[in-house]
Amino acid sequence: MPTVGVKRDLLFKALGRSYTDEEFDELCFEFGLELDEITSEKEIISREQGDTKASGASDVILYKIDVPANRYDLLCLEGLVRGLQNKYQCDLPVDPMFAALHSPQTEAVRPHAVAAVLRNITFTQERYDSFIELQEKLHQNICRKRSLVAIGTHDLDTISGPFTYTAKRPGDISFKPLNQTKEYTATQLMSLYKTDSHLRHYLHIIEDKPVYPVIYDSNGVVLSMPPIINGDHSKISLKTKNVFIECTATDQTKAKTVLDMMVTMFSEYCAQPFTYELAYRKEKLSGKFINQKVGINESTEKIAQLLTRMCLLSQATGVGDEIEVEIPPTRSDIIHACDIMEDAAIAYGFNNITRTTPRTYTVANQFPLNKLTELLRQDLAAAGFTEALNFALCSQEDIADKLGKKISEMRAVHISNPKTAEFQVARTTLLPGLLKTIAANRKMPLPLKLFEISDVVLKDETKDVGARNSRRFCAVYYNKSPGFEVIHGLLDRTMQLLEVKPARGEGYHIQTADDSTFFPGRCADIFVRGKNVGRLGVLHPDVINRFELTMPCSALEMDIEPFL
Amino acid sequence: MADTGVLETLLQRVEKVDDGVDSLAVATSLGVDHQVIVGAVKSLQALGDVISAELRSSKHWELTEEGTEIAEQGSHESRVFSCIPLEGLAQSELMKLPFGKIGFSKAMSSKWIRVDKAHEGGPRIFRTVESIDDQVREKLLLVQKGNITQLEEKEKNELKKRKLLSEVTVKSYWITKGNSFSTTISKQETELTPEMIASGNWREKKFKPYNFEAMGVAPDCGHLHPLMKVRTQFRQIFLEMGFTEMPTNNFIESSFWNFDSLFQPQQHPARDQHDTFFLSDPAHAYEFPQDYLERVKKVHSEGGYGSQGYKYDWKIEEAQKNILRTHTTAVSARMLYKLAQQEKFTPVKYFSIDRVFRNETLDATHLAEFHQIEGVVADYGLTLGDLMGVLHQFFTKLGITKLRFKPAYNPYTEPSMEVFSYHEGLQKWVEVGNSGVFRPEMLLPMGLPEDVSVIAWGLSLERPTMIKYGINNIRELVGHKVNLQMVYDSPICRLDS
Repeated sequence: MPTVGVKRDLLFKALGRSYTDEEFDELCFEFGLELDEITSEKEIISREQGDTKASGASDVILYKIDVPANRYDLLCLEGLVRGLQNKYQCDLPVDPMFAALHSPQTEAVRPHAVAAVLRNITFTQERYDSFIELQEKLHQNICRKRSLVAIGTHDLDTISGPFTYTAKRPGDISFKPLNQTKEYTATQLMSLYKTDSHLRHYLHIIEDKPVYPVIYDSNGVVLSMPPIINGDHSKISLKTKNVFIECTATDQTKAKTVLDMMVTMFSEYCAQPFTYELAYRKEKLSGKFINQKVGINESTEKIAQLLTRMCLLSQATGVGDEIEVEIPPTRSDIIHACDIMEDAAIAYGFNNITRTTPRTYTVANQFPLNKLTELLRQDLAAAGFTEALNFALCSQEDIADKLGKKISEMRAVHISNPKTAEFQVARTTLLPGLLKTIAANRKMPLPLKLFEISDVVLKDETKDVGARNSRRFCAVYYNKSPGFEVIHGLLDRTMQLLEVKPARGEGYHIQTADDSTFFPGRCADIFVRGKNVGRLGVLHPDVINRFELTMPCSALEMDIEPFL
Repeated sequence: MADTGVLETLLQRVEKVDDGVDSLAVATSLGVDHQVIVGAVKSLQALGDVISAELRSSKHWELTEEGTEIAEQGSHESRVFSCIPLEGLAQSELMKLPFGKIGFSKAMSSKWIRVDKAHEGGPRIFRTVESIDDQVREKLLLVQKGNITQLEEKEKNELKKRKLLSEVTVKSYWITKGNSFSTTISKQETELTPEMIASGNWREKKFKPYNFEAMGVAPDCGHLHPLMKVRTQFRQIFLEMGFTEMPTNNFIESSFWNFDSLFQPQQHPARDQHDTFFLSDPAHAYEFPQDYLERVKKVHSEGGYGSQGYKYDWKIEEAQKNILRTHTTAVSARMLYKLAQQEKFTPVKYFSIDRVFRNETLDATHLAEFHQIEGVVADYGLTLGDLMGVLHQFFTKLGITKLRFKPAYNPYTEPSMEVFSYHEGLQKWVEVGNSGVFRPEMLLPMGLPEDVSVIAWGLSLERPTMIKYGINNIRELVGHKVNLQMVYDSPICRLDS
């Protein structure tokens, strides 16, 4: 969820009244916003860098407000005020300045560009700050850290159209970048910015491309090399009167949304506010639709009023219960009638809606595998074993090397982007988790008797995703003596619970097996109705050592799905 | 049990006096060690209220070993003095005596003796006075005779400093008759035995009282994991409400079912490497219901079903990417798709509680995997009011009755609501879950009837468990670093109390 910081007094001035912190918190809640923190620049600096650095900073009160991830229109003071005031300057519209560009050269790297102009704008320090802040917020959110869309703003009076959006080899691009004193080639810039704490995060977007995108004016002045840096030549200042805004993108819809957002939010500071021609969409829906979906019973006119309060200018058309809704370009989140319905519900107040009970008649069923698991768990605890709960993800070492096996022989599912070794694979056996649990609890009195019934994951080509879960039961006994008879006894008890008699053929039996995890001659396969369902035995001393244990240990692991 | 003879002798002594006897005095007069009498007192106390014994402590001064020696033989300095003949003694000779060193320096400082360092044959010691007064010995003799009161405090401390005197604390019992005093003792039995039951002689026996203050012996037993105990209760609640359990035993999911089918666009942040675990093997899923996949592709890229869509280039390659599911809603999507394939729609209520995976930064309350609790209801004409009503019933079963709802954003539900409950302890509203109505762009491509609404909600299992069992660090609860003592000690789980 993005957080927007606004000066409280400016916000209240724009809203036309002041609120107590509690009142404002309440107002936010009803709108789906959250007043996250009340602070000041001074407080922030003093918290992050210490009191000494904070001494000169402003102590004007700041509200930090959490905004839902889809409401790009609320990312600046101007948008918040429009949202919270429940009224929208609905007569936005326009001065088409710049058509969408699409050049074959940029196809491979950053295919789309759109642009617009804010004419005769008057910046104050606050407006200017808000303008820069909005760009930054948009970059971090809808623009996905400039990877989808990058915004460049320029002083139009320093450059002259028409503009060219193209792509060139890095060595062929040369200009003086923002806030630098000399010209660099793009190749030099990329290494210059390697150490820049802010810009280095964006380099990867174009770094390995053969050509880099670049925008020129008619005199060959470089406006910007998106998504990295603007040229110094066209930089904007408080005195800038005409702002040229370009958005380059890999996604055209998002580029338009971002441009619309920049223009609509700041056109109110232009000499002729809201004269940018933008696509207004009209939607028609029925009052009944809204009443039914929300669970209220309001007149068509009342619903139109509710929507208008939410900045969606609406009116009853007079044809039945039809309502016509105008969707402003800032509301890119509205793509279906259900989005309009939600705004009506918010305006009505979620907490004013009567809570009702649906009459849906259904009979409950348990998932048979979970039912079996629940019943078995109870009785295994009654048999004196304590339940452990381990992660489904672990390292390759845990399921292979440490157990004396090769990773290539485990049918393991591998994760491509683990942050640490703990998340390399999905477990193929429950045993390592239980052994790690014992290692972490060595101070506990002996014996330790643990069990777990949970899923492991195995590759399985017969499944649509190429893998499946398998529900396992695993138990370990850790004491001064191996206690094979204890684990064997637990197997007998489990079979008794599952109504399988000890017998070859139709019952269960165990027979010698070879397994590098277990001590030679102390390992057996478990056969149920002739099918191998698992294994039990005394662990190999090397395995015990690799899990940093010191005592003998016996273990049992078996599949429980055959008992369904 | 102490020797019966001592017990009875002690009881006879107590009988003879009215106000009681001191254990120390009894020991002295019987000529036995005090500890023998103390043992007898303890034994008698264990028999019930035969005697009452009050612990007393007293302090008195005693000569140390060295002090006793001085009282008998004189102080070191006086012994030095008396062993020097008139013609003097070589210093080296004097130093050979056991008391020589200390006695020499003390006698020197008292000016009883002198050293002639220039004497031929080495330094020689001579008396300087005719006779001496060995005050140290006299003081110690006073103490030995019990006349310590004649010494001044300063003198006592001086002797204490020389380690000749020490102050000792003596503990003794003041023994008086108890309510059931008797001079004869009958031995009490500790436990009822099969023989006593058979012979019936338990009737004549006296039994030693139990100590009800002590703890019992812990039973030898196994334990269920607290998180699983809470899961059992949530399952129970859903079953009581008529919800059917979904098969969630598939941790590996395709991006198609985890995201695309839920109308979550392919550039959505949740689909980033930072948030989701992708698989390298098996990297891709191959089988999809082909006509449904086409409808999903269309609604994303072009819209339809009354939607503008997201208007981007939807790619099958993205949808094929295998991941560890990020939510159990992927299973809900599969179940709803299956439901839509029925010949005739029937209303359903589904639930699941199972693991989900996020490639997130870990901290005290977040792990890379956690359990998601999810409830879903699909029926004709469900409203937002119905969703709030169901949530109210669900949370009431958890003992939470004060709820309010906040508008929120979620890519596959519209409206979306965060559920807040009033926490009496914290005196504030805290988020307890998320909820919403599934978007038509998700449901209609599946083939569900247009007037069917699907409401759903979710929460994590770990958070209520941590609150219930007062656990602050999630690693103590889940995973191998679990505190087994906590597992052993955790009470049963009743969510509504």
